[in-house]
Amino acid sequence: MPTILVVEDSPTMRQLISFAMKRVQNSRVIEATDGVDALKKLSQEKVDLILADINMPVMDGLKLLSLLKSNPSYKDIPVIMITTEGAEEDRKKALSIGANAYLTKPIQTQELIKLVNEFVNK
Amino acid sequence: MEKELNAVKKAEEFIQLFKKGEEFTKELLKENERLRYRIAQLEEALARSGDEARIKLYEERIAALEEELNSLKERYARVEAENKDFAEKYVEIEQENNNLANLYVASYQLHSTLDFDEVLKIVLEIIINLIGAEKFAIFLINEKTNEIEPVAAEGVSLYELPRFNFGEGIIGKVAKEGESYFASDISRQEEFNASRPIVCIPLKIKEHVIGIIVIYSLLVQKKEFTNVDYELFNLLAGHAATAIFSSKLYTQSERKLTTIQSFLELLKEKPRR
Repeated sequence: MPTILVVEDSPTMRQLISFAMKRVQNSRVIEATDGVDALKKLSQEKVDLILADINMPVMDGLKLLSLLKSNPSYKDIPVIMITTEGAEEDRKKALSIGANAYLTKPIQTQELIKLVNEFVNK
Repeated sequence: MEKELNAVKKAEEFIQLFKKGEEFTKELLKENERLRYRIAQLEEALARSGDEARIKLYEERIAALEEELNSLKERYARVEAENKDFAEKYVEIEQENNNLANLYVASYQLHSTLDFDEVLKIVLEIIINLIGAEKFAIFLINEKTNEIEPVAAEGVSLYELPRFNFGEGIIGKVAKEGESYFASDISRQEEFNASRPIVCIPLKIKEHVIGIIVIYSLLVQKKEFTNVDYELFNLLAGHAATAIFSSKLYTQSERKLTTIQSFLELLKEKPRR
C-alpha cells in the first residue's frame, strides 16, 4: 500500500488533496502542515511519494525539497511540488533542486490523480 | 476337283466372313470412338455444370458472409458509439465528481470554525486555491455607515483598498443590487485599480447583501473560468456569507462575554479590598 505524504499549510488544500488521493488505488495519506512537520512524519513512517506546497510557513517547500534530495534516506522518494506560482523560473528552480513534477494551483484533480498514479505504479 | 471347288468356296466364304468381321470391327471401332467422344463431351458438360454450381454456392456464401460482415460492422459501430458515449459520460462524471469534491471541501472548511478571522482566512484560501485568483479582497458592508469596507485581502495590501459607498461604482452597485458582476475581459491589467474588478460576488443571506468578494486578477496560469468556478462562486455567495456573518456574531458575543466576565471578576474582587 503506497503511502503519500501531503505537505500543505492550507487545510482546504490538504483536505482537497487527501480527498483526491482516495481515488488512487490502495493508497494511504498522511498530512503535514509545513517542511519541519514533514521531516518529523518522514522519520516516523516510510513514505512512497510526497506532494508538497512551495509557499509554507516555518519551512517552505523548496527548502524541504533540497533537504530531502541531500539526504540519502529520502533522496529517492519522488516529490511533486504544488504551488500558486505559475512562472517558468519557479518551475525550473523546483525541477533543478530535484522535484519530479510540478503542478500549479488551482490544481486539476484529474491531472493530480493521473500524475500520482504514474509515480505510485512505477 | 470337287474338293478343290469346295475349298475355294469355303475360302471365299471365309474371306467374305472375314471382310464382314473387318467391317463390323471397323464399325465397332467407329462407334467406340463416337461413344468416347460423347463421354468426353458429357464429362466436360458435367464438369462445367459442377463449376457453375460451386460458383453459385460460393457466391451465395460470399453474399451471406458479406451480410454477416455488414451486420458485424453495424454492431461494431453501435458498440463503438456506445463506448464513446460511456467514455464521455465517464469523463463528465469524473469532472462532476471533482467539482463536487471541491464544493464539499469548500463548504466543509467554511463551516469548520466560528472564529471570524479564521473564516476570512478560509474564504481567502478557497478563492486562491480552488478558483485561482491572484489579487482579491473581501469587503463587508458597515451597517452603521453604509460603507463597503475591505476586511481581508490577498495579493494586494488592505491599505491600498478604499472604502466604497453603497451604490457607487461597480462594487457599490453589486452591493446595492445583489447581482454578481463578471467583466467581459478578465485578462491581467498592467496597473492595479481598486475600482476595476474582474469579478464581484455579493455575499448574501437570503436577499440581504452583507459583503462582496472582489477579484482583481487571476493567477498567470488561470486563463478563464470553468463551470466549477461558477459553482464555487454560487457556494461562496451563500455559504461564505452565513459563515462570515455567524462567526462575526459569535466573535462579538465572545468578546462581550469576556468583557462581562472581566467586569464581574472586578466586582467580585472589590469587596475583598
